[in-house]
Amino acid sequence: MSTSSVEVVYRGIFQKTLAKNVCRGIVFAAKKDGRIGIAFGRYSDSPERNGIPAKQFAVVADTEEELEEHLSRYEPDNNDVTICADDTLCKGVESWAWYGLQPINKLLKPDGTLLVTSMRPADSLIRDIHRKAVPYNLATVKGTASFSGLWVYKDDHTDVRLLGALAKVAPHVVSLDAIIEGIGDSMKQASVRKAYDMVEPVPVAVDQGNDEVPYEFDLPGYTTMEECLVIRGMDKQQDVPGRDGGYVPARNPTFKKYATRTMRPVINFETCTKCTICWLQCPDTCFDVTPDDYYDANMEACCGCGVCEAVCPVDQCITMINEEAFTDNASQWEMWSKDKESYSKWLSEKISEQPARSHGFHHIGQYAEEIAHEST
Amino acid sequence: MNPPKSATAKKVDVQAARAPRSESEELISGSEAISHAVKLADVDVITAYPIRPYDTVMQYVSQMIANGEFDCEYIVAESEHSQFEIVKHASAVGARVFCGSSGVGWLYAFEALAVTAGLRLPMVAMVGNRALDDPGAFGVEHNDALSVRDLGWMLAWVATAQEALDTALIAYRVAEDSRVFLPCAISCDGAFLTHSQSIVKVPSQQMVDNFLPPYDRGDKQLHPDNPITVAPQANEDWVMEIRRQNDMAARRAREVIIEAYDDFNNQFGRGGEPFIERYMMEDAEVALVGMGTLAMPVKVAVRKMRQEGKKVGFLRVRWFRPFPTIELQGALSGVHAVGVIDRDYSFGSTFHSGALANELRSALYPLANRPKVVSFIAGLGGREVSTDNVIDITGRVFAAANGGEIDDQDTYWIGVRE
Repeated sequence: MSTSSVEVVYRGIFQKTLAKNVCRGIVFAAKKDGRIGIAFGRYSDSPERNGIPAKQFAVVADTEEELEEHLSRYEPDNNDVTICADDTLCKGVESWAWYGLQPINKLLKPDGTLLVTSMRPADSLIRDIHRKAVPYNLATVKGTASFSGLWVYKDDHTDVRLLGALAKVAPHVVSLDAIIEGIGDSMKQASVRKAYDMVEPVPVAVDQGNDEVPYEFDLPGYTTMEECLVIRGMDKQQDVPGRDGGYVPARNPTFKKYATRTMRPVINFETCTKCTICWLQCPDTCFDVTPDDYYDANMEACCGCGVCEAVCPVDQCITMINEEAFTDNASQWEMWSKDKESYSKWLSEKISEQPARSHGFHHIGQYAEEIAHEST
Repeated sequence: MNPPKSATAKKVDVQAARAPRSESEELISGSEAISHAVKLADVDVITAYPIRPYDTVMQYVSQMIANGEFDCEYIVAESEHSQFEIVKHASAVGARVFCGSSGVGWLYAFEALAVTAGLRLPMVAMVGNRALDDPGAFGVEHNDALSVRDLGWMLAWVATAQEALDTALIAYRVAEDSRVFLPCAISCDGAFLTHSQSIVKVPSQQMVDNFLPPYDRGDKQLHPDNPITVAPQANEDWVMEIRRQNDMAARRAREVIIEAYDDFNNQFGRGGEPFIERYMMEDAEVALVGMGTLAMPVKVAVRKMRQEGKKVGFLRVRWFRPFPTIELQGALSGVHAVGVIDRDYSFGSTFHSGALANELRSALYPLANRPKVVSFIAGLGGREVSTDNVIDITGRVFAAANGGEIDDQDTYWIGVRE
């Protein structure tokens, strides 16, 4: 008699169908194993926003009673496996119904397994993952984040490869035979077996990982909240710590966007013409105006959509870079103004060593570029 | 040849109409009384969409505007939904507003009605009670106004044109109190009140100004100088707190209503008891309970039965929201049986009773010596409730009090053809 659960953490819209396929695949396979299950999404993630972290779950059990017991929680909190469908989510999960930054391994049970789709080695991922008070395992399915849209699905076998890896790291959840049986297509069955054979979990100890305290805040109660559904506007301008002059637009102090990003803009201040277009066009008003009238993308406010890169009229000024290349959210302008030479070195390294990825947003001309790129 | 329109318009001395003076007496209908209150409250924005019997109010208001007696933004919307949405937004930017409808017109505005209460906007509305379609009937039933009973709307029922005018002034004062900030609907029975005229004391502007302070939304007012967002999208981590705030506002309304009636009684020398009216209740052994213009035939019947030595009294519920639980418990704890006459229905509900009977039964349940409750449905669709009907009802209530063969777990339909 037992129950087990799997959570799939993914990028909203871009990976919605992927997450659904994985959760449904688990429930179908469990049925072949003679168990019962249910697959569901976290309701507060809906309607999903492009790239915003979201969750779906699969719970399987031997009996109806056990299943009910497990489902009597809004969000299963002792998962056998957490599947992370995009490795940039290893930095944490911030859903759009905001409650701070949730470590990616937070809802994993002791000795459970975090299964990540990534090209990165384990120690590189562990650098980003918050420390956990109990040991757990980390396993990867080799591959970049599989992104598609709301109405289309990129059938690149990521779903079945994750299921194959799952059967290896948690055979008590679903068996390999059941997964193979549930998949008719022989090519996909081969992908399942390959992933099963290749996945190698590594143990993660309590002293491994990012030791930062995850960002969190307390929600107010009905006696302390503003009445009449009023949300007060922020002051027009905020002081810039350590800066004399410049301009920081008003931002909600509790609304950060660290983990909503898959890529971030890096800015070459030497080529910048101060044309203001990035500042004007940024949908999240993420650019701070510096005392010398440059535009500095603030990483507390940037959601990584890439509009700035798309609208920048200057060649080699704004470049979107995979979020995995960064370990902090420091100001690029401050780094540049302190030491222009090292900044220039840092910038060219970031651009030349950039790990491949897409932020999933499509801007004018970008889709045509991608098609041209794929056909060559 | 017809005379030009300007020749038929009533000539009004604008200065005199606006000058402070003592009360005047006028022969007016309940709808006209409401329109006088709207003018005296100096309402800023009014929206209208015709539906009988509420439409009489919009006629009187537009006449006042045409005559130059009254200045406001008066907008005829393309439907009730827009009608209520417009005043909802006007209220958010700090305008005192008035609106109204009847029957299914009120229901067509339902989305706006829900959010008006949800956003804590102090709209005052007149509901000319009318049967819901189908059949397309004009007569009174209370189901239209009662449909918003769970949303935070305050609901008052009036019995006379005078009470309609007075209650509208009180409604503005209570709704716009920052402790409350909830909308209020004043229900006027179609035909019996909206279309019949009686002598009404119309107070002077000065008297009303002394009683009713200007609407001040404070720092909740939508204004470019006060940048706020209202009506955000929120999920399960916020909704319960928001509902609880509305619950607390609805609870606070009770004290604010009591204060307003105290002041009104002091300043105008009338107004009566907040929440309920007691008629011959002092030594009553059985009590009849109802709302609205039903009071007239019931009072006549009570007087008649009193002459025959029957100790019967009448208790008229003036405010359905907030529900006068404490007052009803106090007034009815001494009687042996209560007969509730609903001019509404709640199909499939407890004992198939109307809304008032079900609420009242629930209010009396905690009493150690609770009276028997016999429920009646009468007067639907504007059918007359005669004094004979009331005497018939009272006979059954006495029978219940004396242990007779009366079913207190079902509902009697009075005056229905079999």
